[in-house]
Amino acid sequence: MTDIETPVDDISQAPVAKPGKPIAWPLGLAGVVLVIVGSFLSWSYDASILNDLSINFYPGGLQILAIIVALLSLVLLLAEKGPLVKLGSWLDVTLALRALGDGLTLYMVLVVVAISVESDGLINVNPGGYVTLVGAALIAVSAYLLPLRHLRDMSEARMPAWFEILSIAVLMAALLFVAAYALGLPDAWSFILCLVFVFTAAIGLFRSGAMTFVSHAGQRHRKVLTLAAFAAAFLFPFTQNGSDANMSIAGSVLVFSATAMGLNIVVGLAGLLDLGYIAFLGSGAYVAATLSNSAFATIGWKPPFLVVVLVGACVAAVLGLIIGSPTLRVSGDYLAIVTLGFGEIFRFSMFNLDGNNGPNLTNGPNGIPGIPDLELFGFNFGSEHTLAGIELGRFSNYYFLLLILVGGVILAFSRLNNSRIGRGWVAIREDEKAAEAMGVNVFGLKLLAFSIGAFLAGLAGTIKAHQDGAVSPDQYIFLESAFLLAAIVLGGMGTIAGVLLGATILKMLPEKLRFFSEYRLLLFGLLLVLMMRFRPEGLVASRRRQLEFHEEDEALAVAVEEEHLVIEEAK
Amino acid sequence: MTVVEDAARPQAAGETVLEATGVTMRFGGLLAVNDVNLTVREGEIVGLIGPNGAGKTTFFNCLTGLYKPTSGQVRFSGTPLPPKPRAVVRAGMARTFQNIRLFANMTALENVMVGRYCRTSAGALTSVLHGPKFRREEEATRARAQELLEFVGLGRSAEHLARNMPYGDQRRLEIARALATDPKLILLDEPTAGMNPQETRQASDLIFKIRDSGLSVVVIEHDMRFIFNLCDRVLCLVRGEALIEGTPEEVQSDPRVIEAYIGTGEDDDEVEDDVPGGEV
Repeated sequence: MTDIETPVDDISQAPVAKPGKPIAWPLGLAGVVLVIVGSFLSWSYDASILNDLSINFYPGGLQILAIIVALLSLVLLLAEKGPLVKLGSWLDVTLALRALGDGLTLYMVLVVVAISVESDGLINVNPGGYVTLVGAALIAVSAYLLPLRHLRDMSEARMPAWFEILSIAVLMAALLFVAAYALGLPDAWSFILCLVFVFTAAIGLFRSGAMTFVSHAGQRHRKVLTLAAFAAAFLFPFTQNGSDANMSIAGSVLVFSATAMGLNIVVGLAGLLDLGYIAFLGSGAYVAATLSNSAFATIGWKPPFLVVVLVGACVAAVLGLIIGSPTLRVSGDYLAIVTLGFGEIFRFSMFNLDGNNGPNLTNGPNGIPGIPDLELFGFNFGSEHTLAGIELGRFSNYYFLLLILVGGVILAFSRLNNSRIGRGWVAIREDEKAAEAMGVNVFGLKLLAFSIGAFLAGLAGTIKAHQDGAVSPDQYIFLESAFLLAAIVLGGMGTIAGVLLGATILKMLPEKLRFFSEYRLLLFGLLLVLMMRFRPEGLVASRRRQLEFHEEDEALAVAVEEEHLVIEEAK
Repeated sequence: MTVVEDAARPQAAGETVLEATGVTMRFGGLLAVNDVNLTVREGEIVGLIGPNGAGKTTFFNCLTGLYKPTSGQVRFSGTPLPPKPRAVVRAGMARTFQNIRLFANMTALENVMVGRYCRTSAGALTSVLHGPKFRREEEATRARAQELLEFVGLGRSAEHLARNMPYGDQRRLEIARALATDPKLILLDEPTAGMNPQETRQASDLIFKIRDSGLSVVVIEHDMRFIFNLCDRVLCLVRGEALIEGTPEEVQSDPRVIEAYIGTGEDDDEVEDDVPGGEV
């Protein structure tokens, strides 16, 4: 009855057609109503925790998040049966609703836990909280009572161009809004709850197929997608009201992203495992610091910054060539060990070039502090600026510069990836011997990957030195290299969006969740192990990687496709 | 069968393309290839047969620069070839592998485009700048790759991942990839291994088609019917040495060849099965 629209034979859904099915829909609707009503009531007796959830009929931020999930669920329910039923033949209502229901229930349980932990006991949870929890549970239960259905192929979904572009813009705006909101949260509990919300909404969108639609739309309007992403990133500082705390995190995320993107060429495309990559970022930073006219710099010469950028990047690239030319003849584990050693050599060199053991170049362990702010074309990066009535602090200035850098790095990456050089790299990664036999210059291309990666990292390093205002050897420890690699593996090797996402997650989480900084490594280790078990291709899989890891699914897809071809031919 | 045989044998007497003299490859104490000579003329299909472990693939590896022969010389169109794969491909000799070695996670089209690598020149900077010259070259590469896929009959599989293609298609894709290097001579290492009779027939049609487009072909094969149908000349290797070279009829009727394959009955103590590092 609910699936008149979809031509599915009865056998396929017999197991799920339970007797409770007719009440599933009203149950879900009741859940939605309860969540919305509950969210308008007070959740907590204590006004001082979780950004004040204690006022009736004046929902706080976390309550609004619950309402958003409820509204998404409502849309799904109405797509199942009601005015939006046309949508229901495209969207996987049941799976999406399950994700939303489960996520919201988890969210509310965490809210209750948070309230009782933060202010002594369950007594502080007001009825509104329980009402919402029950509502969330009802949504989850109703979702498990709904039938599973066959759907139309989302890749065939076509909408007017303006609608597709609008959906991309809406997604970007939502991302911007959520990022600004999450970074603005003062306490860790709120932040964790916000993360739960983000994951719930994201999984819901993916399960429903809405994200598939947006990603197809994104492929059809590639330029719009890129522009929208950059516009959202560009607008981010304007949401921060001149607060430097979050902008400094955002700045370090961008430096980390640019560096990870460079490493992505080496690891993701050419398949060379580099465990000392942070040294290239360090060499760029040290060059910029030395040529910055800081009171502690050992060379009293300050060329224009654009020259410094080039010098820093070239020094890094030359280091890449020097380390690469003898070592790239070994591969796999051996290369990893050699590069690991190189990273340590760099750190110790910076540590020891202090005048006692050699020339004084780096001030040894003290590093070079007091690096002056950048000044480009008369624009001083240290001073505040007001744009459209919004104050933009020092870190916002650097943020914009870094945004341009990241944009450039992404451009370089994607153009290289889709060129003769990129194909050569991937061929080497796939089968070195075959690539050689096809006339690919294996050694030269490996060296090129190494030096381009190093060049990009050096580029990022020169800006990082000015943004941090100081360089010291302990910023460039092995752990940083490992984190860069983790960002790539977590996000998805060889992809752009994935690596940006991975870099953001790995850099932002520890900053916002300082209370478990001691367990940070444990948590990331766990995260990586879980990723390798459940999603080895990374959060955002490149098409190639995804197929590589889920071969059976693909074999199935190919079989189905071939069947279609046969049928077509028969016609 | 006889019809094909006759069609298969136009007068092949062009210029010498490949001239390998005294090629010897020694792995420690094992003489894998001993003083083998091979001459291939333009537009000729030459077969290379021999029991397992006879050194056929090792000989191929010596020709294509994957191995550096212990002694002997390989001349291509009159000039000596250095034992470097890249130089060999540039000179105009391409190969396929006995165990298919495609770039498994690239699409069919991308695989063939990799083959164009040595005939294109866009560098890293050109690629990043993305100028009109780069775009023209990229466009030409793509068009040529698609054309080659159609030539081997894979025009519809361009966007399939190599790893997901049926076995026979993978073999043909490997040939397309080798053809993308614009060779004058193509070396095929067991192009019909594991194929059914129908696929084998398609493979020999394809090889004739390649020959007719002006290339020379050297092919290693165990399928005797296939090879005697196809080749203008056949060289039989046994235990690293050239046993006999001649027309298919001569080789076919030579008792030593039969003996090498089937044994004499007295001493069937095993033909050496594994040449260390011999098979690629």
